[in-house]
Parts: sequence; structure tokens; C-alpha cells
Amino acid sequence: MLDKSIKDTYELVIGLEVHAQLLTKSKMYTSDSTEYGNLPNTHISVITLGHPGTLPKVNKRAVEYAVKMGIACNSEITRRNIFARKNYFYPDLPKGYQITQDKGPICVGGVVPITLPDGTEKEVALTRIHMEEDAGKSMHLAGEVDTLVDFNRAGVPLIEIVSEPDMRSSEEAYAYLVEIKKLVRYLDICDGNMEEGSLRCDANISVRKRGESAYGKKVEVKNMNSFRNVARAIEHEFERQVLLAEAGVEIVSETRTFDATTGTTASMRTKEDLNDYRYFPEPDLSPVVISEEWLQSVRESMPPLPRFLYQKFMQTYQLPAYDAGVLTESKEIALYFEALCTHTQAYKGASNMVMGPVKSYLNELTLSIADFPIPVENLAKLVDLADTGKVSASVATQRLFPTMLARPEVDPLALAQELNLIQESDTASILPIVEEVVAAFPDKVAAYKGGKKGLLGMFMGEVMKRSKGKADPKVATQLLTEQLEK
Amino acid sequence: MKIDNSTIQKLAHLSRLEFDAQGVEKMKADLSQILDWMEQLNEVDTEGVEPLTTMSTEVNVLREDVLGEHLPHEDGLKNAPQRDSDYFRVPKVLE
Repeated sequence: MLDKSIKDTYELVIGLEVHAQLLTKSKMYTSDSTEYGNLPNTHISVITLGHPGTLPKVNKRAVEYAVKMGIACNSEITRRNIFARKNYFYPDLPKGYQITQDKGPICVGGVVPITLPDGTEKEVALTRIHMEEDAGKSMHLAGEVDTLVDFNRAGVPLIEIVSEPDMRSSEEAYAYLVEIKKLVRYLDICDGNMEEGSLRCDANISVRKRGESAYGKKVEVKNMNSFRNVARAIEHEFERQVLLAEAGVEIVSETRTFDATTGTTASMRTKEDLNDYRYFPEPDLSPVVISEEWLQSVRESMPPLPRFLYQKFMQTYQLPAYDAGVLTESKEIALYFEALCTHTQAYKGASNMVMGPVKSYLNELTLSIADFPIPVENLAKLVDLADTGKVSASVATQRLFPTMLARPEVDPLALAQELNLIQESDTASILPIVEEVVAAFPDKVAAYKGGKKGLLGMFMGEVMKRSKGKADPKVATQLLTEQLEK
Repeated sequence: MKIDNSTIQKLAHLSRLEFDAQGVEKMKADLSQILDWMEQLNEVDTEGVEPLTTMSTEVNVLREDVLGEHLPHEDGLKNAPQRDSDYFRVPKVLE
């Protein structure tokens, strides 16, 4: 086990390469379906299989999705795009090359702001985002002499998002991935599902002595199928590389694979051997030129981004950072909240309503907000009802809300009246109850007067019980205190 | 242009080919000849000329994102040297 004081003299340096499968209907360079989970080798064509004499043709929507991601990350959009062949031989790549971009990726530079668990904000710079195609899927089954290949996935459009080596801890890498996933989902360009492989991440990890400016030799780690496993792989590599450095062993630049069961990495192959992809311009595709008009039309189709809404919720609606964070986790919830706020000014009340009962109702039934039965105007009325003190907050969420789920069109005020739940806030109606309670417990009153101030809660409970939860707690507390201090 | 043995070995590895000693000699001679011939291009003055990436002057030959017809499963597998009813089969590759 590595001594922490030794580990602390090293700095961890991480850059991430994220592949995101684009949510297009058809593939990057051919019209085969991209649908997941079909019988093997059914979504194929002569182009996908790399038959001689076939020509690829670029999917316009895939280009637009890549541009969207670039705009969201503040990248510079390359106006004249060419494609490149990356040559290597592997059974899952029928053509013997992958059509990707080499020089002049569609998005250059850019930045992804991240928020760490302790609230620290940091910006991770992007190197590039480029367009490419996915490979087929090879299966190496135990007991099989052969490797089985399915080409349904071959040619599915991808963007590869390459970060600068800007991250310094596994927490930062985790936060970066959370942000990338949020972005692609807001943009509706990728479903962000890492377990199913629609979002994949390779990590470039190196260590160096603190204070040193040159980077150490980097190790690329693959095969991490969850954000948590990316963090685990990084932690493991940090430890492994520091131990090697301390032992005076040179770290080799290589590709390693992560084993989720042991939490360790193992060497796959030395990079030098295979790193000769002999890129050259793809002669089968003409350049894709992105005009100002085209760029503008993509810009106009952009949804509000999570960062923007996060800031807006804090500034315009004066919500705490926690609320803003929870409400912007998904675009659907964020936009629902936005809609709710056009019908009520009780923003904090609206936030509590969405984060509490609304989200737990959706989670419980695994519904999306689109399936939420209560119209937004009506939910806003309920928020206002609680905000103005007509009903207590607990009556609103525990009595009215569940009833409204069953009767979504009912007016909350009418419902509260019908169920006799309107909160009493006038002294005249609460005072008799308070007097009644005080009269009913003379010994407790004496104890209270003797200094046991904690008994106030018991008196309050009694008042609430006798008022059937309708007494405004603020007014009731005030009246109780007055009566008890008499 | 002279090609040495290590270049041949590297190219053979990248192309997943194998040569015996005699093959290496023949390949060295052939490759040298090809490269010599290509070297004539160096005589052309390309100062200020943008690299040519495609033979056509067209741009934005794009496809709308709509589904086309798939190759029938059986036709797709027909030419595979080795197959079963679902998959292409290849000699075992271990990662």
C-alpha cells in the first residue's frame, strides 16, 4: 500500500476521450438503421460491409448534431470539413479503415465547465470534437473457437470529444463526464447511456512530481462501462504509476484495460506497435462546407443549456445552488419548472413542489415529466395556495397533491374547501382552540412556566390535532406563547 | 529509394501479412521501384497549391437522415469465408 505522504508529492493528470453515439435514425455514411438490440447482421448494407465499388454519403443530421455539441461547448466550428481514413486491420472494421476526421475536426477547442461536489467550479478545455463512425461488435465467447462479428453497429455515427489533460483528480473526471452526459441529453444528440455503450470513455492518465511542468508518460485506459468505473480506474492507475515511479521503473506508454471485478488495469498491447494509422484524406467524400446560414439555423434550434438554466434559476428565481442543480439535472424537469414559474411567483415553493412530490411521483412510477397528469397551471395554483398560507405546506403536498393526481383538472382551492382543509389564520377561530388546550393541561402549563420551554411543541401538536391541521402554525405559535406566558 | 528489412517487417505487421526470406527480398525490390516512380512527383512545384483531397469540385453531397433498405441478412453473409446463421466468423482475436 502506497504511503499517502509519498502519493501527495505526485500530481495526477487526466485527459478524457468520450465517444458519443449520435441519435440519428440512419448511419453516418449509409441509410442503414442505427437501432440498438436487433438480430445480428440485419442492419447492414453493402456500404457497411465495405464491398468494393460502394460509396459513402454523409448524413446531414449527424453533421448538425456535431455542430450543436460544438456550439454548446463554445468551440470554433470548422467551416470546410474533410474526412480522413484511419487505417487498421481488425475484424470489426470491414473496410480496413475507419472514416473519421484527422486534420480540421468539425469543432476546435471549447470548454466544459464542471462543478465539484464541494461546489468548486472549474473549466476543462477541449482539444477537439470530430465526427466518425462506430465499428462492428466482436464477441469472443468462452468455448468458441472463432470470434463472432455483428456489423449492426458498424457505421453508427459518433462524435469523439477530446479534452485537454486538464483534470487533476478522479472527482474532476467524474464531474466532467456528468456534464458531458447532461449536455448531450439536453441537446438530444445522444442518450448518454454508458452501460449500453452509447457513451464511452477512454482515459489518458499520467503522473508527475508536483511542481514539474512536463507531463509524464501517458497510459490509456479502456473498457470502463460506468462513470464510477472511470473514477476507480483512475484511482488505480494513480497508485500503480506512483509505485512504479517510486521504484524507479519507467512507465511505458501503453493501452490498458480495466477489470471491473478487481478494480485493476492490465496491459493490452504496446501503443508504438499499433499507433501507425497512416491517416490520409478520404477521397470518396466531398467536403462538407458549413455556411453562415446553416450554422445560424443550427444555433436557432439549440435548447437552453443546463449551465444557463442553472444560473438563471439562482439569479432570476433566487433559488439556492442545490435547488438549481437538482432542477437542471434533466432538461425535461428544468423546462417544466420554467413553465411552472410562468404561472406562479412563489419560486421556492415551486422548486420544493417539483423536487419533492413531483419527482418522487415520477420516480416511483418511472414516468417522465411528459406523463405527469397535473396541468402546470393547476400545480402553480397549488403552490400559490401554500405560499399564501391558505393551506399549510404539508396539507398541500400530503393531502391536496395526491388527490389532484387522481383529479388533475380540479381547482386546488375548490378542492381544499371541499375537503375542509383551508388553513385558519384568523385569531378569532384559532384562539378558542388554544385556550381549550391550555385549559386541558394545567400541569404541563405549570411545567412550561417553570422553565420547560420544550413543551411548546407538545402544545402545538395538540392545537394542530384539534384544528384538524388547519390552524396556521405561525398564528397558532404566537397565540400559544401569549397564553402560556400570561 | 532504399527499403530496409525493418520497414518491410513493420509494413507486413500493419498489413497483417507474412513473408519468407525470399518474399522479403522481392517485396523490397518492388516497393523500392514503386517509391522511385512516385518520387517523380517531387519534381512538380507545388508551392502555394492547396492539397487535393477529392477529385470532384462538389461540396455538401449530403444525405437526409432517412432509412433505406437493408441488405437481406442471408445476402450479407453469403460471401463470408466462414459464418453461421447469425454471425460472420473469424479466427479468434483476443484483445
